[in-house]
Amino acid sequence: MKTLKNISFWLLFIAIAAVAILPIAQSNVSMREDFFLILMLVILASSTNIIMGYTGYVSFGHIVYFGSGGYVAFYLMQTFQWHFVPAALVGGCVASLLAFLIGMPVLRLRGAYFALATIGINEAVRSFVSNFEPFGGSVGMFFNFGVYDVYGGAKNAGQFAYYAMVVLALVTIATSFLIKKSKFGLGLMSIREDQDASMVLGINPARLKVITYTISAFFPAIAGAIFFFKNGLIEPGPAFELHRSVEALVMVMLGGFGTVTGPIVGAVVYERLRGFLITNETFSNFHLVIAGGLLLLIVLFVPAGLVGWLRLRFAAVRRFLE
Amino acid sequence: MNIEALIASTFDGLMLGFVYGLMAMGLTLIFGVMKVINLGHGPMIAIGMFAVLVMSQALGINPYLTLPVIVVMGILTGIVMYFLALHRVINSPELTTLLATFSVNMMITGLMTVIFTTSPRGLDVTLGSLQFGQVTILGTRVTAVVIAVVVTIALYLFLYRTRQGKSIRAVANNRSAAELMGINSSWMLGLSFGMGTMLAMISGMLLATMFSFTVLTGNTLETKSFVIVVLGGLGNPTGALFGGIIIGLLESITTIFIPVSWVPVLEFVVFIMILLVRPNGIFGARSS
Amino acid sequence: MILSVENVSKRFGGLQALDKVTLSVKEGEIFGIIGPNGAGKTTLFNTINGVYPPTEGHIKFRGDDVTGLQPYDLSKRGIARTYQVVRPLGELTVHENVTVGACFGRENLPLEKAEKVADEVLEFVGLTVRRDILASKLNVAQKKRLEMARALAARPILILLDEVLAGLNPQEVADMLGVVRKIREQGVTIVMIEHLMHAVMNLSDRVFVLDYGAQIAEGTPQEVSNHPKVIEAYLGDPEVAKRFLEGTSS
Repeated sequence: MKTLKNISFWLLFIAIAAVAILPIAQSNVSMREDFFLILMLVILASSTNIIMGYTGYVSFGHIVYFGSGGYVAFYLMQTFQWHFVPAALVGGCVASLLAFLIGMPVLRLRGAYFALATIGINEAVRSFVSNFEPFGGSVGMFFNFGVYDVYGGAKNAGQFAYYAMVVLALVTIATSFLIKKSKFGLGLMSIREDQDASMVLGINPARLKVITYTISAFFPAIAGAIFFFKNGLIEPGPAFELHRSVEALVMVMLGGFGTVTGPIVGAVVYERLRGFLITNETFSNFHLVIAGGLLLLIVLFVPAGLVGWLRLRFAAVRRFLE
Repeated sequence: MNIEALIASTFDGLMLGFVYGLMAMGLTLIFGVMKVINLGHGPMIAIGMFAVLVMSQALGINPYLTLPVIVVMGILTGIVMYFLALHRVINSPELTTLLATFSVNMMITGLMTVIFTTSPRGLDVTLGSLQFGQVTILGTRVTAVVIAVVVTIALYLFLYRTRQGKSIRAVANNRSAAELMGINSSWMLGLSFGMGTMLAMISGMLLATMFSFTVLTGNTLETKSFVIVVLGGLGNPTGALFGGIIIGLLESITTIFIPVSWVPVLEFVVFIMILLVRPNGIFGARSS
Repeated sequence: MILSVENVSKRFGGLQALDKVTLSVKEGEIFGIIGPNGAGKTTLFNTINGVYPPTEGHIKFRGDDVTGLQPYDLSKRGIARTYQVVRPLGELTVHENVTVGACFGRENLPLEKAEKVADEVLEFVGLTVRRDILASKLNVAQKKRLEMARALAARPILILLDEVLAGLNPQEVADMLGVVRKIREQGVTIVMIEHLMHAVMNLSDRVFVLDYGAQIAEGTPQEVSNHPKVIEAYLGDPEVAKRFLEGTSS
């Protein structure tokens, strides 16, 4: 396929893989933990970009798939002693199914209505899970001691989770790239620009939107499975924390929506900023304020985001930074 | 099933609904005039709640006396927010204004969390109650409804009887035509935004007299406002009022049958149903 | 008859926008639709092209009943359409815009082939030099050409042109007319809504006149311009009409 001959794809892929291997090569656990989190944010941001950046449909409540995938996988591992890999995959599939079912009616709506609906979905699923006894209700679930034995103990499980996150990140980015450079992606961007005109040009917006939304739910779900597997504990609040998907949105806008590298850059920059703010005495409580301020500045003055702006300004960059 | 419990719930829901309606009117007014979904609605409600708390405690006065201050505060805050966050991007696509108002939400919520922390607060207000057999109607609720109704009437008088109000409606109808008539549309938009936030703040004040609250309550109420606004028809203030009453009744009556924790799920299902079956709302979407 | 519209009516609440409109278009001809503002011309296009279904009546394309089908289905069958108020895909380049047309139109081409077709079409309409510019940055005349190019890239059998000449200066009009003629030479059937009388009268093989949603005349340009009802609908004043008509009979 054309993408595999594309130089920027391989550059990106190798760069990410190289950075990801670093903590393993140096046996640096705190770096590994740091990167674990950043990779997770990259996955969340990229998935948000797949639906938002390419189709223009803002999914404010995208975190619902993170929580859903996490819960389903956790449940299978804890209750039925499933191994992580099949459990996570099932979690991903369930989340995609959920996205498909919800997406079909809800994606018929235009921009703002959709955005509101996604918030409602997250809140509803969270309320539901809080009441759902098999998932532990409002208390959540936690692993029994034996669960990590299969992986060689809790420490090894941590390393395993890291590898999983790296693989997932690479797959997510590759998917994002493939979509963007394909005929499918062109159709999506056409819908984003003008849905009605797209219909006249032969595009079936409903079908493309639903497929995209379904795909975009898969990756956060598995990320959730990995995250809560490592945590050993899952609760409704953290699993469906609306602010996480909002932060993903800020990352996408910061880096540049509609691009592949934008969400990655956005995630890294945002996380570093947040890390700095939280550990800093004066700013720690203000991180929400600063994130909000940052988003506002971007929206008002640099709506294309960092990567977007670079691509607009410097044509040469376009070849290398998708 | 207890008939008297049902009657009590109905009254309760009805009264709560009026306040919800007022709350949602702010959101729908802004949409009707400038096609912007104000994701900063929640914090505005929260500001109203905390404003009445702080003022009544600091000055030791009856909370209801803070109403004029909150009115002015609401309008000014809205105007400032409009010119800072929206003016520049008012003609941009929806996504942009959504994110702009959302960023304001983040900033205000963050700031309030720093100042007030997330611990629950309550206002000490008792206005006695009326008894009808087993049914108790709280004085605070009645007062809230009365104020909500008065504010609504005032709003209508303003929009239909005053020059500013008519200018706002002109701008909502056709912005360029209004400008050709010499109306400064930016100021009118700012003013309407101010009125929307004022309604949110007043409803926050009234809700504070009825329930305990935290800095995050505003955001929960924002989600509720969306449901009401869509139910009543985006841009339709009367629809918002009736939508609020419906939701108020729904909430109060269903808690007889299902546990309280399921109510958000129910509201969301209603929301989705409306979006699918009658996206224009029960009373029809309008621009002002 | 490549396209037949049979007794098509369209109501919007209390407004009767189209009233039992019946017409047929022969393959390869240029069929003009004229009428005063608000006559329902664009509404007619919208029903043909699937934007909304007619309240009554049928639309047949190449023998198949296509009434009420979605725009994307009609596009795949070979009906393309341009808009009166152009709708470029702003954040995509000119080339990408046209590629969309080639990808999702009748031939449903894969991306690489579509990109080549797009280049050919850009050449045909004369926009090659603006290939990599963002569509939102073009001027009106260029946007109109882009709109045409996008429609043509789908290799349609029938193309509906909605006021392609509106907003163009005389030179741009002449250029655009040239493009329309070239399209006809390619064998594409054209139905065009136009206000510019001399253009539509010169170009069309047959003309159909709408007023208040109903047909008031149909025939060759000569027959139609002499028709009393047409004159009345447009102009009212016979003296002005006479002078006007003398101008078109060249």
